[in-house]
Amino acid sequence: MSEELKFHFVVDGDDFTSAGKASVQVKKNLRQLGLSPETIRRVSIAMYEGEINMVIHAGGGVADVTVTEEYIEILLSDKGPGIKDIEQAMQEGFSTASDNIRSLGFGAGMGLPNMKRYTDYMDIKSTVGVGTDITMRVNI
Amino acid sequence: MTVEALTEYGFEPLCVPDPDREITGVYIGDLLSWVMGRAKSGDAWLTIMSNINIVAVASLADTSCIILAEGVTIESDVIKTADAKDINIFSFSGSCYDAAVLLSGLL
Ligand SMILES: Nc1ncnc2c1ncn2[C@@H]1O[C@H](COP(=O)(O)OP(=O)(O)OP(=O)(O)O)[C@@H](O)[C@H]1O
Ligand SMILES: [Mg+2]
Repeated sequence: MSEELKFHFVVDGDDFTSAGKASVQVKKNLRQLGLSPETIRRVSIAMYEGEINMVIHAGGGVADVTVTEEYIEILLSDKGPGIKDIEQAMQEGFSTASDNIRSLGFGAGMGLPNMKRYTDYMDIKSTVGVGTDITMRVNI
Repeated sequence: MTVEALTEYGFEPLCVPDPDREITGVYIGDLLSWVMGRAKSGDAWLTIMSNINIVAVASLADTSCIILAEGVTIESDVIKTADAKDINIFSFSGSCYDAAVLLSGLL
């Protein structure tokens, strides 16, 4: 890999049955690039958690993945309600998910902590009423 | 043991597109983010959660198979998706505990 590779995805906000499509596609793409299974697993789980959050909490958004020689970067951007208290949202177990969402197995409040765990760098920028931008990086 | 061998021990195959996959451990849980945070690659995932999202979770967490305990039923389109995504799914009539005890003697 001598140059950067970029993948762009639009994440549908009201399609639960295909939620996670972008992450599954990224996993496939990274496999073709011959990256290590552990790196692929970390990237695709972190991205899935972010993708699902955009579907559940923000009505959808966009995802951009960049692969360089040193790292894989995931940018998630939505125009949802934003996160009021990021520190609180980052805590294990904190969730505002509805009962309906919980009945599907989401809403454990573990998504953001997983994203942090599986990545080497994570930054959340969020403004209430405007949206949320999350940057994650996994070193190769 | 391989996933395929599960059929000999009372696990009913619902779809087994990747029969040679090795089972290297077990994880029990129904909350998807816990599974993604704690299950290890190669684990058999025991759960009672049967909606479509389990397929993506099993794929991304790289579990060796999903085992639906308590004989819970699953929609045919979930099985179809799992087949296309190379995800093995079995059904088990006993509890997650029963299945785990059985697997503990086999692994
Ligand atoms: N993109 C987002 N837009 C608005 N709020 C968000 C977004 N992502 C997360 N949140 C808020 O942060 C909380 C914690 O998110 P986290 O992913 O850790 O848990 P969860 O999505 O509620 O449950 P889980 O991820 O375990 O299924 C959410 O309940 C929600 O209130
Ligand atoms: Mg989440």
